[in-house]
Amino acid sequence: MGWLELLTDYTFQNVVIGASLLGLISGPLGCFAVLRRQSLLGDAISHAALPGICLSFIITGSRDIGGIIIGSLITGSAAALMMLMLTRLSRLKTDAGLGACLSIFFAVGIVLLTYIQGTNNASQGGLEAFLFGQAAATLRSDLWVMGSITLVTLLLLAVFWKQAKLVTFDPEYARTLGMRTTAIEASLTAMVALAVVVGLQMVGVILMAAMIVAPAAAARQWSRHLGGMLAIAAGVGIVSGVSGATISTLSRGLATGPLIVLTATAIVLISLALAPGRGLLWGVIKHYRQKSALQKQQLLYALYKHSADPSRAPSRLGSRRLLNKLKQQGYLTRSPHNATQSDNGWGLTAKGQAEARKVVAAFEELAA
Amino acid sequence: MTISGSTDTALSIKNLTVSYHNQPVLWDIDLDIPAGVMAGIVGPNGAGKSTLIKSLLGLVPSLSGEVMVHGRPYATQRKRVGYVPQRSSVDWDFPTTALDVVTMGLYGRLGWLKRPGRKERNEAQEALEMVGMSAFADRQISQLSGGQQQRVFLARALVQQADVYFLDEPMAGVDATTERAIIDILRRLRDAGKTLIVVHHDLQTVRTYFDWLLLLNVRVIASGKTEEVFKIDNLRQAYGGQIALLNDNESLMFAASKVK
Amino acid sequence: MMAELLTTTALPIMLVGAMVGIASSAVGTFLVLRGNSMLSDAISHSIVFGIVIVWLLTKQQSGPVQLIGAALTGLLTVLLTEALASTKRVKQDTAIGLVFPALFSIGVLLLNIYANDVHIDTHTVLLGEIGFVWLDTIDLFGLPIPQALVSMSVMTLLNYAFIGLFYKELKLATFDPALAKTFGFMPSILFYVLLMLTSSTAVAAFDAVGAVLFIAFAIVPASAAYLLTDRLWMMFIIGALISIVSSISGYYLAVYFNVSIGGMMAVMTGVFLILAFLAGPRYGVITQLLKRRWARKAPMEPPPSI
Repeated sequence: MGWLELLTDYTFQNVVIGASLLGLISGPLGCFAVLRRQSLLGDAISHAALPGICLSFIITGSRDIGGIIIGSLITGSAAALMMLMLTRLSRLKTDAGLGACLSIFFAVGIVLLTYIQGTNNASQGGLEAFLFGQAAATLRSDLWVMGSITLVTLLLLAVFWKQAKLVTFDPEYARTLGMRTTAIEASLTAMVALAVVVGLQMVGVILMAAMIVAPAAAARQWSRHLGGMLAIAAGVGIVSGVSGATISTLSRGLATGPLIVLTATAIVLISLALAPGRGLLWGVIKHYRQKSALQKQQLLYALYKHSADPSRAPSRLGSRRLLNKLKQQGYLTRSPHNATQSDNGWGLTAKGQAEARKVVAAFEELAA
Repeated sequence: MTISGSTDTALSIKNLTVSYHNQPVLWDIDLDIPAGVMAGIVGPNGAGKSTLIKSLLGLVPSLSGEVMVHGRPYATQRKRVGYVPQRSSVDWDFPTTALDVVTMGLYGRLGWLKRPGRKERNEAQEALEMVGMSAFADRQISQLSGGQQQRVFLARALVQQADVYFLDEPMAGVDATTERAIIDILRRLRDAGKTLIVVHHDLQTVRTYFDWLLLLNVRVIASGKTEEVFKIDNLRQAYGGQIALLNDNESLMFAASKVK
Repeated sequence: MMAELLTTTALPIMLVGAMVGIASSAVGTFLVLRGNSMLSDAISHSIVFGIVIVWLLTKQQSGPVQLIGAALTGLLTVLLTEALASTKRVKQDTAIGLVFPALFSIGVLLLNIYANDVHIDTHTVLLGEIGFVWLDTIDLFGLPIPQALVSMSVMTLLNYAFIGLFYKELKLATFDPALAKTFGFMPSILFYVLLMLTSSTAVAAFDAVGAVLFIAFAIVPASAAYLLTDRLWMMFIIGALISIVSSISGYYLAVYFNVSIGGMMAVMTGVFLILAFLAGPRYGVITQLLKRRWARKAPMEPPPSI
């Protein structure tokens, strides 16, 4: 398929727009989920959407996207609510509550699905779309629905920006300011549910968790401000979506959902490695620099104290490499015939003593 | 430095440095605690007191340092060391009884695969009695009060029949009666020749409880007999000048702002 | 006669269902107590990756090779999650949500590329079909035993053997890992072995109930047991009992309504969880409400002197 053909292909356009909308809504809302330590809530809600989809089909008799979204939202929110109740009113912990609600709701969904199909066998078609997404089956009308939901959600976020921000970082303080914390938290959870429901069509149940988590995780590495984080997450989401969709169309046979997720994951890994300040590469370099600085200080300090009070000599000084390096830099000397058992002949030069005194001074100050 | 007539050194630390994210949490700790004393470790928040105990026990990695318990490396002396961690370190909703928690203290002695039997259960029962909790043996641990949980932890350490005990803030969040009970038990252990090393948070009671003291703030500020160490200059150095002694020299007051 | 029993009646189906529950809830008990329930979710999805790789290498869809492959995949999942979390740039739950979708995606793509025409079926992998267990049988002692029953029995034995042998070590490692470490019990290694067993159980259960329902059998009976008892050993017994009853009742209800058998069995476990949550004799929400009401009506006694 030539590029021009690609760009004017109806299905391809739908998939790309749909994937972009997915990124646009799941990126920012995923940030809130991740920051509130609710990364796996998206996973639970997406699994819990199945019974809702089945119910909507049973009630309306069609696979209309409006019905699907409403159905998923209802059961998804019900699952979140049940999880909250289980954990608040009993000694069950969050992880068990999530796992229980996720699997039980999904089980109900399977039962309903087989009821619809009139068989005992759940592994017949219809479910595949839900599990893996059916990006290629997206209709232009579906996109209008997805688009409006995305727009409304983002508008809501913009209006309640300050509240959402504070409640995420410090809910107790927000409460003392008179904010209706519970209502805001519930709304944020509902919006995450909306994001999940919008994305189910594109990537399916299993991978929706990743679309909530990955863009936000990547964005976190690059930005220290919440607003920036949301923008970058949306960007990452859109890029992943479009890339995945494009590769899938070009490859003829590779599923869209997994490609989108792998693109997003790759972006996360790259962000982890390279982001300035927080990136791992920076971190690794800084770590080794600081570690050798600390070791050097400690060695000089030990030798300094040892010369002042031989009874406090450490019985092992440090690695041979470190000792030799310090000797090269002019901080240490070695005189084998003066060696004691504990210092092996290593001693401080005048320069070394001066440096050691600096270390001592620094630590006197530290403790004061 | 001998206190109780024993010349044995219960704990000897040399050159211990522990860092976290490349910041020193403990710097070049040198310490010798004699056997048979009740030793206290005090210092401001973040001074590294809990970290000191955890690094001695190998629960936290250290950059350097040597730890000897009664003259031999800690790794060979595990069985002689008892540990009472902070209460917050476990989930008290775990489905088990007070007696069972105490029995867990004997698992180290049993080693792999061997099951606790009647003998072990009896020892656990005795330890519970020592801390005054024998009536609660079959009680689910989540139904115990803070002080009762602390006593169960203490019993678990007692049952190990160690020679050196490390306790991390045993009096935190505990009522006055329980605190007295705990101190009584610790004193009985001390009089029997054991060494108690206690991270403590309340400066008011330091002089009454401990005969040996370590003032810690990342590094050793002072260590030794309490009456020699617990002086205003040392305290100022450790706590950064935020302390004033009231006139009667018996009580301490923390100033609201920096006072020099 | 026995052969008929095993291939035409409900017996093999209910047996497999019960064994899935018994084997899964055993390892699930420790997952719940450790706060790692969602690892069962992560493992059951990422295992698809392992299944595909093993299949590509050996062309076997089930059997001991798959059990081992699953164990290794489970270990890989956990190690990758821990590695990510240890960078301190992402939290633990975020790390889980990154690793398993990635592994799952790779698995699905490999299937797309290499196995488009073969009957390794993602549907069956993810959903299972317990109604068909009698189709795939092995001849043992002259009887056609369903393959799924064999795998589940093996896993049940392995799981209980591990838990039985290292009961006190596992108990301590779950309750107080620091103390366990000072005793030399290597809590981390014990935990990895537990996860590997969980993974193998998951893959053995896939034939019958599929990935997501496995999570239900692993977590829900154990969670219900957690709300019903204060003794660890009781949790295993209650978990097993709930599994058996859910399996039987789930089967008959599913046949009556003509719906998914595995799904119904899982739903029944959920019913028991809700029952335990509401009406459990000790911790049930309604039970406690009623107790408080009775206590208010009863005459008050002064507190005993200390």
